[in-house]
Amino acid sequence: MIRTYVQKGKLMNSIISVYKFYIDGFKNMKVGRTLWKLIFIKLAVILIFLNYFIHDKKFKTEFKTQAQKVNFVYENLKGK
Amino acid sequence: MEEHLVDWSRAQFALTAMYHWIFVPLTLGLGFIVAIMETIYVKTGSLEWKQITKFWMTLFAINFAIGVATGIIMEFEFGTNWANYSWFVGDIFGAPLAVEGILAFFMESTFFAVMFFGWNKVGKGFHLLSTWLVAIGSNLSALWILVANGWMQYPVGMSFNPDTIRNEMMNFWDVLFSPVAITKFLHTIGSGYVMASLFVVGVSAWYLLKGRDALFAKRSMIIGSTFGLITSIFLIFSGDESAHQVALKQPMKLAAMEGLYEGKEKAGIVALGILNNKKTVSNNEKTYHFEIEVPYVLSLLGYHNIDAYVPGIKDLVYGNELRGIQSTASKIEKGKLAVKALEEYKEAKKVNDILKASEAKAILEKNMKYFGYGYIKKPEDVVPPVATTFYAFHIMVLLGGWFTLLFALLLFVTMKKDISDYRLLLKSAVASIPLGYIAGEAGWVVAEVGRQPWAIQDLMPVGIAATKIATTNVQISFFMFAFLFTLLLIAEIKIMTKQIKIGPKGGH
Repeated sequence: MIRTYVQKGKLMNSIISVYKFYIDGFKNMKVGRTLWKLIFIKLAVILIFLNYFIHDKKFKTEFKTQAQKVNFVYENLKGK
Repeated sequence: MEEHLVDWSRAQFALTAMYHWIFVPLTLGLGFIVAIMETIYVKTGSLEWKQITKFWMTLFAINFAIGVATGIIMEFEFGTNWANYSWFVGDIFGAPLAVEGILAFFMESTFFAVMFFGWNKVGKGFHLLSTWLVAIGSNLSALWILVANGWMQYPVGMSFNPDTIRNEMMNFWDVLFSPVAITKFLHTIGSGYVMASLFVVGVSAWYLLKGRDALFAKRSMIIGSTFGLITSIFLIFSGDESAHQVALKQPMKLAAMEGLYEGKEKAGIVALGILNNKKTVSNNEKTYHFEIEVPYVLSLLGYHNIDAYVPGIKDLVYGNELRGIQSTASKIEKGKLAVKALEEYKEAKKVNDILKASEAKAILEKNMKYFGYGYIKKPEDVVPPVATTFYAFHIMVLLGGWFTLLFALLLFVTMKKDISDYRLLLKSAVASIPLGYIAGEAGWVVAEVGRQPWAIQDLMPVGIAATKIATTNVQISFFMFAFLFTLLLIAEIKIMTKQIKIGPKGGH
């Protein structure tokens, strides 16, 4: 029982250390702040805008089952 | 498929892939250069080396952060613009990409944090280990995507399932250790190392030209030029093996790289030349306006034998019985049999005619390796754009030669003389930074344009691989990507130059 508490305590300390390690790291960033902003803007453009507003999403959204997908590709492959 | 749409989808993929390749090579090479610098710091305990390491690590981070996720766009495009292709390749493409994603996420992101946040918080040894693991992790990520690309150039280790219209992986190790995949990986990462070395020596040369941070710049120059020289020599050998594999597996690409229309024994390599743009496979115009040929070298490079016969474009299109080269017309015939057999198999399965289905399947399996030829309209269509492939190949090779010489000169002068006095050499080093990128992109042009019209060699031409979507959508997203990537490139150059101007003593 005591051993379990000690182990749990050690685990908790490790988690807190890792958490602090990341928080301190992010707080002390200099160039990194600009880079993170850039990464978020880029991901927003790529993942949200292009995904929802530009591309047709027929293959993934309209064809839910494997059979539908197979049929779609097969129709494209035959009679070319 | 509408040609206009296919061309736009091609252009879009080429644009995103080429922009992606602006960011990747620096990550591949600079990771190792930084790890070497940090190793010297840990060994010597010198604070100057710590400063050097931290400076290049910051530039590594800038490039990494701006380049991150540019590859995701290509994965999006597989699903949207190339759905037929994505489905057809099945788990062969999916498995390496999944491994890449998991590796990149866990290995790079975990140790990346230690590399940047861990100074003075973790032990020197553990920090150094993290830096090496980030470098190794980045290169391993590249392995998986290059294995997938190698499979497209030389499909092995799979079997086509007509029920699912997918290729199924039969042997993972055949895919991973395919000679094309291995040479592609080695040559590609090698080019990344050379480009990163050019970046390091170029930036160091700039400091020396400005007369500032001389000790830092000279030490960086030694590491950059040593790493660059070793990897340039490695690149020559991996390039030789690549050419050998191309000769064996994609002879049309080799013929296009050299503008070789007529096959010959003891074939020479054209060191410099200007192609006659009126020349096609079906006319008798002369091939070059001007050329300087080095005898025997093409036979030697391609087949490791100076007497070897190198097939020309005409041999590969019209066949050459004497040399045992099958004509494209014959392959088209077999390809059409395969496509027809697939249709017959599907029809027979629908009505549950087992006998007919098994007959059709046998014909399909017999002719499957020519499947893609079933969609080729005429034999001449299998000729890739010769001029683009030829010039890209020659630009890559000439620049590669220049880089080897530059690294040797820089290393010699830095070790033996005062390099600050050699201003022309320093200016050449600065000017060679963009040349490294041009050489790398030219290499990809050779690899990809040289294998047209195929999305998967002999199995699927690009016209069939593309998804039927609105051309306007592809056009809009093409310009969106062009705009986004150009912005990212401007941001990278701006942040990078700002950090370089701040110098090694500034904050990171």
